[in-house]
Amino acid sequence: MKKVQFQSRWMPYLLLLPQLSIVTIFFLWPAAEAVRSSFYLEDPFGFSSTFVGFDNFIDTLTSTDYGRVARFTALFTFFVTFLSLGIALLLAVKADKVLRGASTYKTLLMWVYAVAPPVAGLIGVLLFDQHVGPMVDFFAMFGWPMQIGVDAFDTSFAMIVTAVWKQIPVNFIFFLSGLQGISKSVQEAASIDCRSGFRRFWTVTFPLLAPTGFFLLIINITYAFFDTFGIIDVIVKNEPGNNPVTLVYKVYLDGFRGNDLGGSSAQSVILMAMVFVLTIIQFRLIERRVHYT
Amino acid sequence: MKKVHITDHVILLLGVFFMVTPVVLAFLTSTHDAITIYKNGIQFVPGDKFLENYETVLFQAGGFTKKVNGLVMLKNSMILGLGFAIGKIVISMLAAYAIVYFRFPMASLCFWLIFSTLLLPLEVQILPSYEIVQSLGMVNTYSGLIVPLIASATGTFFFRQFFMSVPDELLEAARIDGAGPWKFFKDILLPLSKTMIAAIFIIMFVYGWNQYLWPTLITTDESLFTLVRGIKQILQVWVGAQIPAFNQAMALTILAIIPPVLVVVIFQSWFVKGLVESDK
Repeated sequence: MKKVQFQSRWMPYLLLLPQLSIVTIFFLWPAAEAVRSSFYLEDPFGFSSTFVGFDNFIDTLTSTDYGRVARFTALFTFFVTFLSLGIALLLAVKADKVLRGASTYKTLLMWVYAVAPPVAGLIGVLLFDQHVGPMVDFFAMFGWPMQIGVDAFDTSFAMIVTAVWKQIPVNFIFFLSGLQGISKSVQEAASIDCRSGFRRFWTVTFPLLAPTGFFLLIINITYAFFDTFGIIDVIVKNEPGNNPVTLVYKVYLDGFRGNDLGGSSAQSVILMAMVFVLTIIQFRLIERRVHYT
Repeated sequence: MKKVHITDHVILLLGVFFMVTPVVLAFLTSTHDAITIYKNGIQFVPGDKFLENYETVLFQAGGFTKKVNGLVMLKNSMILGLGFAIGKIVISMLAAYAIVYFRFPMASLCFWLIFSTLLLPLEVQILPSYEIVQSLGMVNTYSGLIVPLIASATGTFFFRQFFMSVPDELLEAARIDGAGPWKFFKDILLPLSKTMIAAIFIIMFVYGWNQYLWPTLITTDESLFTLVRGIKQILQVWVGAQIPAFNQAMALTILAIIPPVLVVVIFQSWFVKGLVESDK
């Protein structure tokens, strides 16, 4: 906090009023409501509800469907995170190196940031379409008959490619600014001590980028969990039956399509706990960065 | 010091190819007629139906109720993007100013109430959020669309960080000169924050424009559809047809992409600064 501050009986409250009321009505209230209804069983028409204790949680966690979705979410998150981080890091290192055309490369590699996830999904649907999609023709040359929307593996593949495509720009921007923040003198000292550029990268540059990398890891996990909703929704085309979906998508499906208020809320609460843990890790990382850099 | 090899350029060009090609193909698709695409697959050269297709999606009413066209959706997207960005900046600047520059009872309680929103994205508690907004009668209104999205404190967090970095001497000097809280905010803090406001504005505009799940739930009236929300709905009508109108779907897609991309590319340096510094 600041050493010098204003004193006023009413002004700070007046300034905080808009934000606090929005937070209370549209965040704290729904959050409390989610926790409350996760302990109740409501009939589909909303006329009555019974307290059922932890039944909703037990039902959710023991259902095979939830297990399947949880496993897919884990795999999906893993591939999206590591592929988009890896590709972005490679591109950032190269973009940091070249002088000629550097800013053109930078612009061309980052503008996809502005494309909305469902719009990315729609372009994915076009490229992987059974009849007109060039990707299907391409993979058919290698003897892989792709059937998006029919075959779960092929659908997952299309989802991952689209999600990675959409996420590369953010990672690229952060890695590039991280690389440009490494001082010239460190780089020069390193290049005198070590001739191999490859080794120099792993022993000097990579550790210096580690804080950015950890931070991005959390950002990417959150992205794969929540922001891919639009991509998945467009690619599964309202037919979630056999198609792979993520945990967040299941919350939406069970709540709005299945009318299972208690089950959907229990899933929300489980997700809240997961996000809470992730956020604590993230805050601790930020603290460390603030203190030691 | 650094030797640039031809492979560096090759890798970068491959990256650019991967990022750019999908959207280029989407654009090229939007310049053909549906039958050509259906018969021969996606075309890799521009067609001659550019004007015709874009005119159709912009001005011809579509959807189930025939109340919506591209122009209406473009307007709604603009309202959502601008309304969200402006609302968020105003509200979060005021809150951050109170938190950083005032000493008052329950300050830390207010702080934690606001920053608890950073913990959970709207998607996690989507069902209760919807029910509450519905019970307030805000379904199918612009305020129901925009205000709940503002609840997350990302903007407040960012302005708090920025205000903390403003030297204390400025406030001391202002107080010696007899400036009150409002004058200090208006004449010193606001001009100092100009670049930051611009950076946050760009990020929030893109974020608001690209919203999907919330608009899908809150707007069922087609005249309130945004481009990102409406594409899928309208696609259902078209793709359900015997010959899927991929050309028109892609024309709408391109319309949904252009404004946020332009904003990001034109104000690139602000955008990068805002993104890298706000997410810390």
